Amino acid sequence: MASGIKDKVAILGMGCSKFGERWDTSPDDLMVEAYIEALDDAGIEANQLDAAWFSHHIDDIGAGKGGTPMSVALRLPNISVTRVENYCASGSEAFRGAVYAVAAGAADIAIALGMEKLKDTGYGGLPATNYGTFGPQIGPSGSAPGNFAQLASAYSAKHNVSAEDLKRAIAHVSVKSHANGAKNPKAHLQKEVTEEQVLNAPMIAEPLGLFDCCGVSDGAAAAIVTTPEIAASLGKKDLISVKALQLSVSNGLESHHNTWDGSYFHTVRIAAKKAYAEAGITKPREEVSMMEVHDCFSVTELVTMEDLFISEEGQAVKDVMDGFYDSDGQVPCQIDGGLKCFGHPIGASGLRMLYEMYLQLQGRADKRQLKNPSIGLTHNLGGQPANNVCSVAIIGSL
Amino acid sequence: MTDVGISSLVSYIPKLRLLRKSITEANSWLAPNLLGKGKGTKSISNWDEDSVTMSVEAARRLLGPEDNRSYVDNLFFASTTMPFADRLNSGIIRAALTLDESTLCTDISSSLKCGTTALINAISTVQSGKSNYSLVVTSDKRKSRVASSQELDFGDASTAVSISNENIIAKVVATASISDDFVDHFRGPNEEFDYNWEERWIRDEGYLKIIPKLVTKLLEDNKINPSEIKKFILPCIFPKVPQTISKICGIDPENVVDNLALSTGDTGSAHSLLLLTHVLENSTPGEKILVCSFGGGGDAILLETTDLVNKFKNEESISSMLDNGIEETNYMKYLTFNDLVKWEKGMRGEIDRKTALTTLYRHNDAIMGLIGGKCSKTGTIQFPASRISVSPNSPDIDTQEPYKLAEKRANILSWSADYLSFSINPPNYYGIVSFEEGGRIMMDFTDVGEGEIESGKDVKMVFRIKAFDEIRGFTRYFWKAVPI
Repeated sequence: MASGIKDKVAILGMGCSKFGERWDTSPDDLMVEAYIEALDDAGIEANQLDAAWFSHHIDDIGAGKGGTPMSVALRLPNISVTRVENYCASGSEAFRGAVYAVAAGAADIAIALGMEKLKDTGYGGLPATNYGTFGPQIGPSGSAPGNFAQLASAYSAKHNVSAEDLKRAIAHVSVKSHANGAKNPKAHLQKEVTEEQVLNAPMIAEPLGLFDCCGVSDGAAAAIVTTPEIAASLGKKDLISVKALQLSVSNGLESHHNTWDGSYFHTVRIAAKKAYAEAGITKPREEVSMMEVHDCFSVTELVTMEDLFISEEGQAVKDVMDGFYDSDGQVPCQIDGGLKCFGHPIGASGLRMLYEMYLQLQGRADKRQLKNPSIGLTHNLGGQPANNVCSVAIIGSL
Repeated sequence: MTDVGISSLVSYIPKLRLLRKSITEANSWLAPNLLGKGKGTKSISNWDEDSVTMSVEAARRLLGPEDNRSYVDNLFFASTTMPFADRLNSGIIRAALTLDESTLCTDISSSLKCGTTALINAISTVQSGKSNYSLVVTSDKRKSRVASSQELDFGDASTAVSISNENIIAKVVATASISDDFVDHFRGPNEEFDYNWEERWIRDEGYLKIIPKLVTKLLEDNKINPSEIKKFILPCIFPKVPQTISKICGIDPENVVDNLALSTGDTGSAHSLLLLTHVLENSTPGEKILVCSFGGGGDAILLETTDLVNKFKNEESISSMLDNGIEETNYMKYLTFNDLVKWEKGMRGEIDRKTALTTLYRHNDAIMGLIGGKCSKTGTIQFPASRISVSPNSPDIDTQEPYKLAEKRANILSWSADYLSFSINPPNYYGIVSFEEGGRIMMDFTDVGEGEIESGKDVKMVFRIKAFDEIRGFTRYFWKAVPI
């Protein structure tokens, strides 16, 4: 196996805009908001940036195509800007590009910035889009909740969990995230909810109700990365370094071959194993301090706990109900509110997850601060259970 | 000379039966004159069915599950409600049935007698020796104005009939036709609805003159005594007119076949052959059956059942379909299904459904015929076929052989009922369907009743409308799963 990325790249600075329904804020201004914070945090000037990666998923209702929207909005010094798009994992993909550029020595300092402007659609939820010219001719004209909701029927069938028990467990996932989001001033949704509210919410896609679905938000997030040596030369101390960056992409097995049972994420298991190996983690349940996972829907988070090998297979319902992933549990999950409450501006989400892990590792998470975390994991997933891209990143103190 | 006749016939009646009372009561303030017609039910198709899909369904039932359908030499599609004015509609049906491309496909339209006209043409192809097996499919899904008499009369259905010189259950004794520009109704180009003339004139100058002339000539020319006719089929929305005609012709009025007005309604060009299916499903050998139709003149086909009719049995007979219909009382649902009201489709309904015709043709076997691939090396079955096999441990290149999935057993792996995405019949049911022998598809479900869907449940495939491209007038088709 390749030597991997562990400790080759450090995070110099990060920034994140307020997420939410930013009616009065343009795509450009969302980018500027995250960028200024990241630049200030890094303590550098724009002309010190060597290269940029820009993640943006839905260009036709956002900033448009290519790298120019970022370069123009931030008035970058004519450096390379590479736009990346990999479904909802786009933010992690931008981070990967910047980190790899630094690790390769192609750039001393690189920036990754993700932005999405989803509230210019005119309606709630994600926009309905076509995927190519063949897919729409055979695939259901469905929605993200309808695709992810199918995990529930398959998980219940496989693990013999009643629909009621599963519904209650995924409700707990959302109640927990709302409690965390209430402590986050940048979160889209900052109100706590009760289990009763979640269970009685209007149905979106069976069995997912309104509170089982994440916020659809405007927002941007950014990371500036460099080598540990350069970071030290810039006077940075207590560095946070990248321990692992892995991406696994479906090859059609789940959607075309009858071996996959529909109850888990094939790619997550592969990416997680590789990431733990890259980071040197052998007992994730004990070694991972905290996680930000891709909780686009409550049921996604539940099955992901098993796919990341934190909960044993078939045991996620029990762990969730035991509070294992609550803010005072053994492995707090979505301590910033997650996609559920911080919100999900698609291209920014992977970077937003890293932003919270970065703040926590530095002890800068204010009311949400956990006690002495050392390893933070982010899990960023795009597509749908049967066909997806999955990023698992691990960062920690150098 | 070898006898030519019907070797099989199957009808398809959509499950939903709209209670006529639900129409007349809703419209009583507007059309109190129609209150008396609020009796019985009419068959209504789902929003995703049209004359093409209903024909495919009847033909699939007739042809059975075998992959080999190369024996079909001719395909006639008869309908006054074909989805395309210029695109070979029977070609769509051919593709869905995976008939050979050498099958001669013909669309016959423009009058309500086109179903029987197609049958006469099919008979000629076999009689002339140009075909050993000709298939006729006929269906109509007629739109009618709200609060019109036609709204109460019309129903939706289809019938498929095979004409052959082997295994005949009813041989053709004689056929006759009258072409007469008697315009009882018409539908101009780009018009949604029929324009109808006075019913009394249609009855007295149309039915009561044209049909007796047609029948009498056919019987006289073939030296058949009218008393020999044991079943007389004549679709007609006017009560008792077929009985009056039978008397004029010397046929026993008791032998007039019930026109199913109270259960399916008049199913247009499909109706004569739908009634014939009902008759042949309950016939004994040696019965003479006279099938007639009216529209732009009339057709008459005289048949005589053979000994094989005793063995003729459809898996779903007309009687069982009539018994198993689901009563629908929601008139608004019918109006919405048929786009007869301007309803709020929401912004999600605005997505562009333009069909790339190049893509459609490139994947025609997969999209229209539900043909996947089977790896010749590992036997792995997949949908769609691809140059590199999906088999996880054996990604073989260019080993895929065509593999038909439409008639294979399948069940539900995962599903959801989606209330968010656009649907003409919410919630939008879809999920992953796994075929027992291999292969799976994330696909739409249709004809789903509440609580009828769960993981592991068996499904069957049906050919349905996938979407309408309202901007360009294109109907997109694909297959869907129905829980069984």
